[in-house]
Amino acid sequence: MATPDNEHIVTSYEDELTSLTRAISEMGGMVEVAITNATQALVRVDHELAKQTAQADKRVDNMQRLIDEQAVSMIARRQPMAGDLRHIVSAIHVANDLERIGDIAKNLSRRTLHIDSQRVSKQLYNGVRHMSDLSLQQVKRALDAFTARDSKIAIDVCRRDDEVDSLYISLFREFLTYMMEDPRNITDCTHLLFCAKNLERAGDHATNIAEAAYYLETGGNLYNDIESGKVSLG
Amino acid sequence: MSVEANMAATAAKAPAVNTGKVKMSGNGVNVFYGEKQALFDVDLNIYENQVISLIGPSGCGKSTFLRCLNRMNDTIDVCKVTGNIMLDEQDIYDKNIDVVELRARVGMVFQKPNPFPKSIYENVAYGPRIHGMTRTKDELDELVTSSLRRAGLWEEVKDRLDQPGTGLSGGQQQRLCIARAIATQPEVLLMDEPCSALDPIATAIIEELIDELRANFTIVIVTHSMQQAARVSQKTAFFHLGKLIEEGPTDQIFTNPINKKTQDYITGRIG
Repeated sequence: MATPDNEHIVTSYEDELTSLTRAISEMGGMVEVAITNATQALVRVDHELAKQTAQADKRVDNMQRLIDEQAVSMIARRQPMAGDLRHIVSAIHVANDLERIGDIAKNLSRRTLHIDSQRVSKQLYNGVRHMSDLSLQQVKRALDAFTARDSKIAIDVCRRDDEVDSLYISLFREFLTYMMEDPRNITDCTHLLFCAKNLERAGDHATNIAEAAYYLETGGNLYNDIESGKVSLG
Repeated sequence: MSVEANMAATAAKAPAVNTGKVKMSGNGVNVFYGEKQALFDVDLNIYENQVISLIGPSGCGKSTFLRCLNRMNDTIDVCKVTGNIMLDEQDIYDKNIDVVELRARVGMVFQKPNPFPKSIYENVAYGPRIHGMTRTKDELDELVTSSLRRAGLWEEVKDRLDQPGTGLSGGQQQRLCIARAIATQPEVLLMDEPCSALDPIATAIIEELIDELRANFTIVIVTHSMQQAARVSQKTAFFHLGKLIEEGPTDQIFTNPINKKTQDYITGRIG
C-alpha cells in the first residue's frame, strides 16, 4: 500500500493533517490520564480525585468537538483523497472512541463517589485495577498503531482483546461469590462489577481504534480480512 | 426496505469493473511526436457501457491516448503510433480502415464547446446528413430531436432550433456538442475535459448526462478534476510521464490506490 511520505504541494494542507494527528495524540493522553486517575480514585476511595476526574471529562468532550470541526472543514475545503481521506475519516472515528473512553472514566469517578470506604476485600479492588491496567495498555497500543500507521500493532491489539474479556468474566464470577457469601457485600460488589464492565468496554473501544488504524494503513476492514483469512489472529 | 437492505442494494448497483465485453483495447501502444516519445507501451481495456476516466498531470499522455482512440493524431504529421488499438475485433490502425467511418463510430467532445456557426438544428443534423444516415426530412427531424433529448437540451431549445448554436450559453453549447456527437450514433464517446470551461451547475448537468449516456455508449473521459473522475467513472486509469501507472475500479483508486505515484498524485503530492 502506498504511504504518503512525500509532503503535500499545499503546505497548509500538510500542516492541517499533522495537527489532526497531534490533536488525536493529545486527546489520547487526556483519556489515559483520566482512566488512570479514575482507577486510582476508586481503589483508594479518594472522592476529591474522583470529582476532579469527572470534571476533567469536559476537556475531552471539547477536544472531540474540535477534532470533528477540523475534520469536517478539511473535507469541505480539501476534498481529500486516498490516504488523506482515510486519515481524516479514521481521525473522526478515533476521536469518537476516545470520547467514549473519557465517559467511562467519568462513570468510574461518579461511582466512586457512592462508595464510602473499602468494605469488601482489597483483592476485589485489585482485580478492578488489573482490569484497568490491561484496558489502558490496549488503549495505548491502539493509539501507537494509529499514530505510527502500524497494522501489525493494530492486529495485536485485536488479538489481546480476549484477555480483557476473560479477565472480566473471572472478576464477574469472583464478585458473585462474594455477594452470595455475605449480602452486605452486594452494594459495593455491584458498583465494582459495573466498573469492571465499563473497563471491559474501554477495551472494546481500544479495538475500535485499532481497526481504524488498520484501515488507515491498509484501506481494508480488519474483521473482513480476518474472516477471509487474509489476516490471522492465531 | 430496511436501511441495511437499502444500502446493500445501492452498493450492488455499482457495476462490476473489468467485467463484461471489452469494447476497445490498447495493446503495447507507443506514440512518438517526432523524436519525442509521448506514450510508452500502454495496455488498457475499455469495457462496454462503462465510463473510464483517464487522469494524470499535464503532459502525462492521457489526451494523447484518448486521441489515438479515434485516430485524431493522424492530423499531426510528425505523430507516429505503434502497437495496436482494437475496436471490437478490428485494429483501428489497419490500413483498410476508413477513418471517417471510424470517427462516426468513435465520437468526440472537446474541452471548449465548438458548435458550428450554423443553427442549432444544423449543428446536430450535419453528421447524420454527411453519413447518409437518414432518407427523409422526417427521419432527420426525428434524429435531431432524439439527440437533443438525450443530451438533455431539447426542452431549452425546441422553440429556437433555427437560431445559431453559438448563441447558447457555455453549458448549453457543450450539450449541443454532445448532441452532435451522439447524432451519428457512435459506439464510443471520447470526452476531453468536457466540463473544464463550465460553471458548477452546467458541470453537474453534463455529469448527470454522462451517467445516463452510459446505458447506450462506452465513454472515455479525460479530466483534471479528480472529484469528477470519482463521481462519473466506474474505472480510472492514472498516467504519469507517458506511462500507464495504475488502472482499477474508481472507488479503489480514490480510497486505496496500490501505486505510490497514484497516491501522491491524487492527494496533491506530485504535480
